[in-house]
Amino acid sequence: MIAHYPILQVIIPLLGAPLCLFIRIPRLVGLFALLVSAAAFLVSCGLLQQVLSHGTIVYEIGGWAAPWGIEYRIDQLNSYLLLLVSGISTVVLVAAQTSVKKELPENRHIYFYTSYLLCLTGLLGILATGDAFNVFVFLEISALSSYTMIALGTDRRALTASYQYLVMGTIGATFIIIGVGLMYMMTGTLNMHDLAQRLPEVYKSKTILSAFGFFIVGVCLKLALFPLHLWLPNAYAFAPSIATAFLAATSTKVAVYILIRYMFSIFGIEFVTTSLPLNDIFLVLGLIGIFAASVSAIYQRNVKRIFAYSSIAQIGYMILGLAIGTQLGLTATLLHLFNHALMKSALFLAIGAVTYRIGSSQIYHLAGLGRKMPFTMAAIVAGGLSLIGVPLTVGFVSKWYLVVALLDNGWWPVAVLVLFSSLIAVIYVWRVIEWIYFTPPRIILDDIKEAPLSQLIPIWFLVLANLYFGVDTRLTVGVSKMAAQSLFGVTP
Amino acid sequence: MNLSPELMVLMTILVPAFAVIPIIAANRYPNLREGITITASLMLIYLVSSLYTFTRDGGSVTLVSPDLIPGLSLSFEIEPLGMIFSLVASYLWLVTTVYAVGYMRGHHEQNQTRFYSCFAIAIASVMGIAYADNLFTLFIFYEILTFSTYPLVTHAGTVKAKQGGRVYLGILLTTSILFLLLAIIGTWVTAGRMDFVAGGVFNENNSPLVTGTLLVLFIFGIGKAAIMPFHRWLPAAMVAPTPVSALLHAVAVVKAGVFTVLKVCVYIFGLDLLKTLPTTDILLYLAAATVIIASIIAMRQDNLKARLAYSTVSQLGYITIGALLATSAGALGGAMHIAMHAFGKITLFFCAGAIMVASHKTEISQMRGLGRQMPITMVAFFIGSLSIIGLPPTGGTWSKWYLMIGAIDSEKWLIMIVLMVSSLLNIAYLLPIPIRAFLVDNEDGQKSEVKIKEAPLLSLLAISVTALGCIVLFFYTQPLFELALSFLEAAGVPYGG
Repeated sequence: MIAHYPILQVIIPLLGAPLCLFIRIPRLVGLFALLVSAAAFLVSCGLLQQVLSHGTIVYEIGGWAAPWGIEYRIDQLNSYLLLLVSGISTVVLVAAQTSVKKELPENRHIYFYTSYLLCLTGLLGILATGDAFNVFVFLEISALSSYTMIALGTDRRALTASYQYLVMGTIGATFIIIGVGLMYMMTGTLNMHDLAQRLPEVYKSKTILSAFGFFIVGVCLKLALFPLHLWLPNAYAFAPSIATAFLAATSTKVAVYILIRYMFSIFGIEFVTTSLPLNDIFLVLGLIGIFAASVSAIYQRNVKRIFAYSSIAQIGYMILGLAIGTQLGLTATLLHLFNHALMKSALFLAIGAVTYRIGSSQIYHLAGLGRKMPFTMAAIVAGGLSLIGVPLTVGFVSKWYLVVALLDNGWWPVAVLVLFSSLIAVIYVWRVIEWIYFTPPRIILDDIKEAPLSQLIPIWFLVLANLYFGVDTRLTVGVSKMAAQSLFGVTP
Repeated sequence: MNLSPELMVLMTILVPAFAVIPIIAANRYPNLREGITITASLMLIYLVSSLYTFTRDGGSVTLVSPDLIPGLSLSFEIEPLGMIFSLVASYLWLVTTVYAVGYMRGHHEQNQTRFYSCFAIAIASVMGIAYADNLFTLFIFYEILTFSTYPLVTHAGTVKAKQGGRVYLGILLTTSILFLLLAIIGTWVTAGRMDFVAGGVFNENNSPLVTGTLLVLFIFGIGKAAIMPFHRWLPAAMVAPTPVSALLHAVAVVKAGVFTVLKVCVYIFGLDLLKTLPTTDILLYLAAATVIIASIIAMRQDNLKARLAYSTVSQLGYITIGALLATSAGALGGAMHIAMHAFGKITLFFCAGAIMVASHKTEISQMRGLGRQMPITMVAFFIGSLSIIGLPPTGGTWSKWYLMIGAIDSEKWLIMIVLMVSSLLNIAYLLPIPIRAFLVDNEDGQKSEVKIKEAPLLSLLAISVTALGCIVLFFYTQPLFELALSFLEAAGVPYGG
């Protein structure tokens, strides 16, 4: 049983998804999805434990040896992310029980949970697999199901948002498949491990260079790097709250994972830095992204959009960490990957609770909620402080590592800019706080109550995780460091 | 009680921090709620005093947490300067609470539970700052102090309070995130360590360009020390209720700033290195300019609290000067001034609040002849003013004395002149207030038959205590002086040695 964990990780949600359609009772479907996700979470715990004690796990599907068969390869990096994705998914599904019931009409619940589980399958699959083409397959599974989830949003604009995402996402996926195809043409293999060994022979060829170019652009579309981010704000703003919380915390992170995996484990860091001025490109785009998105966040009227733009800015920080091109920089990126997932899931779930009670996430509807929903609002404040990077929150740990990596590399001016950008975060976070606490209500709030416990518990669980991992960084920093080391050392 | 000193250090932070829980729970019972605050402050005084006797008798206390980030831990150690700061803050917390009970009720303030809770958190973070043994720990509590005092500044909830809060948070966060954090990480990357050690953490291999830049980043980054041009937050914070202005913006918050400046100058750079840095003199004269300009602005303020705020900006400059003079006498004067200015300024703020509660007057021009109506308050105001100016028989005399000696030692005559001119300016903007209150007729020209209408009794009690404190500190300076001396010894630059 333990030996089959890698495939169980993906198969459990994959089988769970169609079973949702058979259950047919809306009330039970939610619980079933929660159960499936929890099972996936337990599997990922087991995997992380195995990896930490025995090292990388290689699993051949159906007993077919690579490079003919498909191989799943679990190392420190992806076992850590598997844990993150399945964990967040489970916590979010706890809140989903009430939130989805209120936000979506009953006949759509089944579709929602089905696509949710499919999306989870896709994300876990991308992380677990050691096959370049398989990544594409799972990427499409997760993307198609997220289009569905977004389109299920009750606001009609959800449809255009989903369509926009569909177009952009498909372009991205096409670029990735072109990249994979070109690599296959040159090397005759799709297995990542195999690719890494055969690519150096053909490094000089233009085909590989263009494969790399296609791949980078495609994946940057997926992870919403400025200026390829335009699909994101609407998608996050109009999707059902639960979908937003799940996607914001996981899907862009997984795209960053693909980028790191391809850069380090397939192409190899030497090729990456010598063939294209990638570090410079990432540095510039990362910085512009941080500033442009943070400034845009200040001017948004919808709280979901504020934090959506903030997500784009946070992606900028991760890309900046990659741009440094050192082990410390990569550690900072991996750390922020984890930490940002915690912040954003907490924030979007809290906003989901607001939507649950007042049916809106417009910033001026939040006026006066500080008294009516004290715990939810306190969670928004805590999440916001973490986003700013206040000490004792995870945001501070991320910022600390990023700035240390920048200074260590001698990039003082960039460090100043990074710190300056967190002041912009202060502005957009404080704008929300002032509406919540210092403005008289704009709508009648008489019978508004605190969010139900089924939402408060997951929200506060995540908020406390934000604080806990801001104080006890052994797991996050430890695993990020080890993963960065192994990515810089021998390619798996 | 027989607590280990390590546990007591921890408790100085935890007692005020956890007092918040019963304070919130007692929301509906004001007497109980204030009783809890007073109990907590008494416990804190007990803890700090026992730690004082323990360390005075040669004991040393260190407390180190497991690493938060590899290589970085929360660590605390009691050293003499921190002892001065924590003694001042804990005693004045009790006095201020007594004052606040009278003031907040007399003024019918809303949200008093929030007020007392945030106050307690602020005090907890002050204790963390006072005992911090590395920059990382200090920074964490420094930021908590900023955030916990924000709700106090915006207490009134009005548009003006909101704007004041924006300026407050804006400047304090901008400086701390942009400069201070950068300086701390820069120190960490350059020197490889960030704990406070005698003689500083840098060695001769570090280029003066880098360390000089770091000094600038530190001095500007410690926005709470209110060096111009980053002083605007302090006048903006005056929208807060008066007890907040008194304890936090005359004692805890601003002293946290200058305390950090002293600590950084002495334990991170070391006075010897400080003397050689190219930027020290520039910053020194900037601090001197702050002293003079802030005094001049203070003269032009008609609002009493605004005048006191600018006076604080000016007085904080003294302590920064003391640190940047890079002589042991200067550091001695700076350390003593933390305590002296605290007593003087808190008295003045208490008086300002008392006047506001009793006669609803906030502008200085309205206070003519007020002395007959509020004799005790005005006498206290007079004593507080003397201490700020630095005249006997008040404590302020001593700290100015040593600052002057520091200026002479380093042969910085301009600084000497600045200190003297500043004293004259202090006289010009502070003394007319009590003098006119006693000697001039009030607005209506009625001299006789004015009824005494003082502030609430509890507030009056607090005012008398701090005013007496100013005088006691003149005659009974020995303990403070010894603490300041042992601070210099701990720093490796003994005075007179």
